Parts: sequence; structure tokens; C-alpha cells
Amino acid sequence: MSHWIIAPVLIPAIMGALIVLIMRNDLLLQRVFSLAASLGLLATSVALLIATSQTVPEVYLLGDWPAPFGIVLVLDRLSALMVTLTGVLAVIVQLYAIGSGWDARGRHFHALFQFQLMGICGAFLTGDAFNLFVFFEVLLIASYGLMIHSGGKARLRAGVQYVAFNLVGSSLFLFALASIYSITGTLNIADLAEKAATLPEGDAALFRVSAVLLMLVFAIKGALVPLHFWLPGTYSNAPGPVAALFAVMTKIGAYSAIRFGVIVFPPSTPVTGSLIADLMLPAALVTLVLGALGVLGASTLSRLAAFAAVASMGTAFIAIAAFTPASISAALYYMVHSTLAGAALFLIADLVSDRRAHDGLHQALPPIAQTGLISALFMVSAIATAGMPPLSGFVGKLLVLDALRDSAALVWSVILVSSLLIILGFARAGSTLFWKAHASAPQDGPPGHPTQPLAFVAVGLLLAAIVALTVLAGPVMTWMEATTAELFDAAPYIDANRLPEGN
Amino acid sequence: MEALVASALGLLTAAGLYLMLRQRTFPVIVGLTLLSYAVNVFIFAVGRLTTNMPPIYGPDVAGYADPLPQALVLTAIVISFGMTAVIVMMALGAFLESGHDKIDMNDDDTPAEGDAK
Repeated sequence: MSHWIIAPVLIPAIMGALIVLIMRNDLLLQRVFSLAASLGLLATSVALLIATSQTVPEVYLLGDWPAPFGIVLVLDRLSALMVTLTGVLAVIVQLYAIGSGWDARGRHFHALFQFQLMGICGAFLTGDAFNLFVFFEVLLIASYGLMIHSGGKARLRAGVQYVAFNLVGSSLFLFALASIYSITGTLNIADLAEKAATLPEGDAALFRVSAVLLMLVFAIKGALVPLHFWLPGTYSNAPGPVAALFAVMTKIGAYSAIRFGVIVFPPSTPVTGSLIADLMLPAALVTLVLGALGVLGASTLSRLAAFAAVASMGTAFIAIAAFTPASISAALYYMVHSTLAGAALFLIADLVSDRRAHDGLHQALPPIAQTGLISALFMVSAIATAGMPPLSGFVGKLLVLDALRDSAALVWSVILVSSLLIILGFARAGSTLFWKAHASAPQDGPPGHPTQPLAFVAVGLLLAAIVALTVLAGPVMTWMEATTAELFDAAPYIDANRLPEGN
Repeated sequence: MEALVASALGLLTAAGLYLMLRQRTFPVIVGLTLLSYAVNVFIFAVGRLTTNMPPIYGPDVAGYADPLPQALVLTAIVISFGMTAVIVMMALGAFLESGHDKIDMNDDDTPAEGDAK
């Protein structure tokens, strides 16, 4: 099995390069091979997921250099889960991009898409903090290209902001990594965990500063207030399928926060203690409230989807900030749900704005083409995103609430009140878009628009995945709990790296 | 030497931050570049400042210069170089499309001639 660990990075890397070099002028070839690569990625990731469910974490030594001197990839249940989620999302988003013709509106969509997948999968798999930085940059540079795909004034200007914000984030990341290296002399995550636990007293202050710096970087990626400013502008101006793929990008911030918060800076480590959790919880609460207010006040449907993404990250980080096995399992379930639901919402927003004169919510316009089907899809995804029964958003929020009984007064009220705000926001958007449309100006004949069956199939697949996640919530949670147990034990992860004794 | 490196770092970071908070894209990009220079010097310095030391450890050497930060800084330089190129191209594109180089997204002050869809 061991060589397969690198496959989720290699498949998109090779295919992305081939698409640029050989198929750059043939869209059909690009579509076929890019979709094949995404399917290959999905198949590999499912195989890895099944394999790692049955054994302990496994290491892959790049260039056969032993850890901590060489860079390693580590496959454990958490990384396998995230890679699989990426694979599922990649295939669906790609189907949508092909079905809606977005990939034909500019050049190099599929190549950038593959490079983005390479960066995301690499970030999930790597066991080395500096390598995590490198994969962050790979996925970011591809996301810059995807973000401004097909151009346009607003998109380019939002793109410049997005790049500038992330360049600052990258500088912070390097500052954090460099100061951690100056204290511990290592950047291997497992080695860091061992060194951090036994740090001398004198290094404590500097280590706490670098730990917070590192978490700040993950908070930028995860769009925690007050570092969320890049998200609404970027997601609402990005092309629909790209925004849907970006739904997994905020999860990289959450994933890294879990990985470092549980393994390297756990509350049991004397140096950091509950520092990370104490800072993360208030930020997460404010994020959720701000996201909910944003949903309520959004001026366009895509901004509404973007603020729903902010709110979902708030909920996920509230659960993460508790750093208990139960809360992390709930956070993982909620993250999987919110990736799928967020992506569905962005795709539906794209379906709507493609058929409407504008996607503003301030004014009712005549009914759009295929209004019945689209409004039904919107309804389902709104229920899932807002966390109403019977879909997985409800299950996810219930799990989060259940895991946070200890701080019920504050956390429960924030989550419940913000859910109400989100429901109101969706109700308002839905009635403007679909109900008031029938009352507005009469029109001559049905609006003409290509049917795009493949795009609807893609959205349907996402919603089907959400339903499956709801129906299979029991087995999925059992699996998540095993994942969290493995994560909190930390010993299997550290042992997998086969660090030399007493280095 | 420590004082010199530390003050250079502080100066670069401060200048970078100041420029980054400007309203137009060009100073922002220069600020980001300065910030990335500061990071590069910082990474270089975390291997501890040494002079005339071999970068390879052996049993018969008195000390050695940590080679890992040097490898890290090379990676960081290459990446920040590439990223700067990307943001320059995007800023240029945004300038040509919208007719001005303000970095904020408030379109009320947009000149009318740049109103291309």
C-alpha cells in the first residue's frame, strides 16, 4: 500500500502538466483526461480510506530520507478522510464546470483545477510543517488562477485583494515556522509534538508566540473573524464551480488547526496549555454571529452563500476550540457536511445568476428558466446549510451542541440564535428569488436558456451525498470517533514517523 | 552583528507593513515584497548567526552553520518571487480592466469609462 500514499499528489500533478503541455488547444481532450484524473483521485482516496481504517497510520518517506530530516507524508484516518472529501468534491465540481460550460469561458481551467487538487491533497497528507507551507502555496497559486478564470473587472479586483491577503498570510506562516524551528530545531510534525512536550522553561514565551502565529495562519485559511475579510469578496466574485471547490479550502485551515492543536499544542502540553482554545473560542463565536448576520443582510445570492460558508466555519471552529474527542468528532462530521452543503449552495447560486439578469436580492425579477427544479434544489440546500431537520446540517449542529454541554449557556445560545438568523436569511432570499418572481412583471413567453442536464446532475449528486451523510450518520460518527481516538492518542501518528531515538 | 540583523529585519517589516496599508496596488505590492525580504532574512537568522563555519556537521569540526534554514530560505525566495509575479500580473489586469488601481472594492468612485462588463 505504501507507494499509493503519494498518488493523490502525483495524479493531479502529472495530469495538470500534461493538460498544459499537450492538450492546451483541445477542450474535449482536457475534459476527458481531467475528469479521468479526478475519478482516479477519488478511487485512490477511497482505497486509502479503506486501507487506513484497518491499520495504524502509515508514513511515506519522500526520497527515502528518514524523518525528521527528510520530508514525509503521513496517511492516517483524518488525512484519508479529507483527501476523500476532496476527491468527491473534485469529481462533482468538474462535472458541473463541464455541464455549465464554465471551463470554456477562459483558458487552462482544467490544468489549474488539477494543480489545485494537488495542493489540497498534499496539504492534507504531509507530515512536515514546512512542506505544509509549500503545499499551501501550490494550492493558492492555482486558486489565484481559478479565481480570475474568465476575467472581468470585479473578479480581477477581488482577485488582487485575495492574493494580497494570502501573501501576508504566507509571510506570517514563514515567520511562525522559522521561530518554531529556532526553538525546536525541527519541522516534522511528529518530532515537533515530542519536542514541544518537553520544552525547557526558558523557551516557553517564544514558543507560545509562534504557536499563536501559526494558528493565526490557519485562522486566515479558515476565515475566522477578524481574519475573514478575504472570503466574502473572493467567493462571491469567483466563478460558481471555483467557489464550490474553494468550499474545501477553508476546511484546510480547520484541518491544520485540528492537526496542530491536537498533536503539537494539545492542552496537556505545559508550554501552551489552553492558550489556543482560549483564543479560538471567542473568535469562532464572533465568526458564527457575523456569518449569520451576513446571510441575513447579503445583497446577492453568491454573497449569501459566502457568508453561509463563514458561519459554517464559525460552527466548526467552536467545536474544534473545545479540543475534546467528542467535539472534534462532531467538528469533523460538521466539516464534511458543510463542505458538501456549501458547494451545493455555490453551484445553485451559479445556476440562478446564470439565468437571471443579476443575482441581486434587492429586487424580484420574472421567473427564471427551470425555476421549479432550481427552487427545489435551493430549498434542499438551504435546509441543509441552515441546519434544519431532517438533513445532515441538523445532525451536525446537534452533535456540536451535544459535545459542548459544559459551556452550554453561551455556546448553545449563540449557535441557536445564529441558526435562526440564517433560516431567516435563506427564507428571505428564497422568497425574493422564487416566489415573488411569479408576482412580478409579466413576460412574453418562457425564458430561454440551455437545459444543462450535467450541471443539474452535479448539484443532485452533492445533495444526494448530503442525504447519504444524514442517513448513514450513525456509522459515519462511529468512524469519526475512531478517527478522533487515533488523533488524540497521538502515539500511533508519532510512531509512524519512525523518529530516531533521542535525537 | 545581531543588532544589525535585528534592526534590518524590524525596518524591513515596518516599511513593508506601512506600504501594505496604502490604497493603491503598486505600493501594496512593494510592501509585500519588502515583507517577504524580511521573512527571508528572518529564516536565515533562525539557524543562528555564525561566520566561517562549515554547513556540514562532522566529528572533527568545532561548530557548524545550520544548513536547513538555508534550504528553507531558498524555497521561500522562489515561492515569494513567483507569487510577486502573479500579483503584479493580476494588478496590471485589474488596472487595465477598471481604469484605476485602487485596491478596495467600493465601486462608487469608479470612472465611467472603465465600466466594461
